[in-house]
Amino acid sequence: MTDDIQSRLDSIAPLIVTGSPHAVALGLSLVSLTPGEAVMQARYDDSLVGDPDAGTLHGGVITALLDHACGMAAFAGFGARDTPATLDLRIDYLRPAKPGLDVTAQARSLKSHGLVAFVRATAHDGDPDDPVAIAQAAFMITKASKAAQERARRAYTEGRMS
Amino acid sequence: MSRELIETLMAAPYVARFGVRLDQRGNELTGVLPFADHLVGNPLIPALHGGAVGAFLEIVASASLLASQPLDRLPKPIDVAIDYLRPARAQDVYARAILARSGRRVANVRVEAWQNRIDAPVATLHGHFLITPARSETTDAPA
Repeated sequence: MTDDIQSRLDSIAPLIVTGSPHAVALGLSLVSLTPGEAVMQARYDDSLVGDPDAGTLHGGVITALLDHACGMAAFAGFGARDTPATLDLRIDYLRPAKPGLDVTAQARSLKSHGLVAFVRATAHDGDPDDPVAIAQAAFMITKASKAAQERARRAYTEGRMS
Repeated sequence: MSRELIETLMAAPYVARFGVRLDQRGNELTGVLPFADHLVGNPLIPALHGGAVGAFLEIVASASLLASQPLDRLPKPIDVAIDYLRPARAQDVYARAILARSGRRVANVRVEAWQNRIDAPVATLHGHFLITPARSETTDAPA
């Protein structure tokens, strides 16, 4: 059963990153995805700086990274069938990410039951014990996301995303 | 009003690339996020990326704080809570902020984003920001 979900994750998951124009524009990449956990990375880039004097990444990059990682964890938690929509996302910005360092987000689905998934995540710039941000989010399966998932499945079997 | 810092904020590489505009009428500030393909999170719905909407709300919160008073530095987000009320469609997004409280160090801000109808918001943000009011504004304030 778990292996079944894992093989579906392995085949569909990369598309949910490379198929998302905003994730591509920010240079987000998927590190790993298992039924319980998603790990994603945002590479440091000069074009993502929010405070030019300090050279730190904009909070919005961390927001998008955490949202995407939490969504991936929820997707995996739901059994890799329906793409979930974010209900809410709460982020504590513990400290700015250090200039020049990539940021990694680890998201864990605490509970996914019925239509709702609860996810917790941390983002760090090298040391997981010294996070730059922590997040908690709730996701929901919607009609739109079910329809989208069906289109994704069709597109995937036809070998294209459009 | 911190005109120079608003320019710094809007010229920051990430914000400039994002394409956000500010529409200021008197003391009312509206943020405009013109639709662009790179903002789409899920092309199959299609809906804007939740992170893009969240980032836009954060930018409007910062800009509104800068527009409301002279600050010495860019506001820094302490925490944000974003509620997603409707899918943000492949269209422009607008947002306005209410400064619930703007103190000497911390500001409490609420931002609402909408697309077609202002009474049908697509997302709201509630956040705390660390601020540094310009010294001349605070010298006669009690410690």
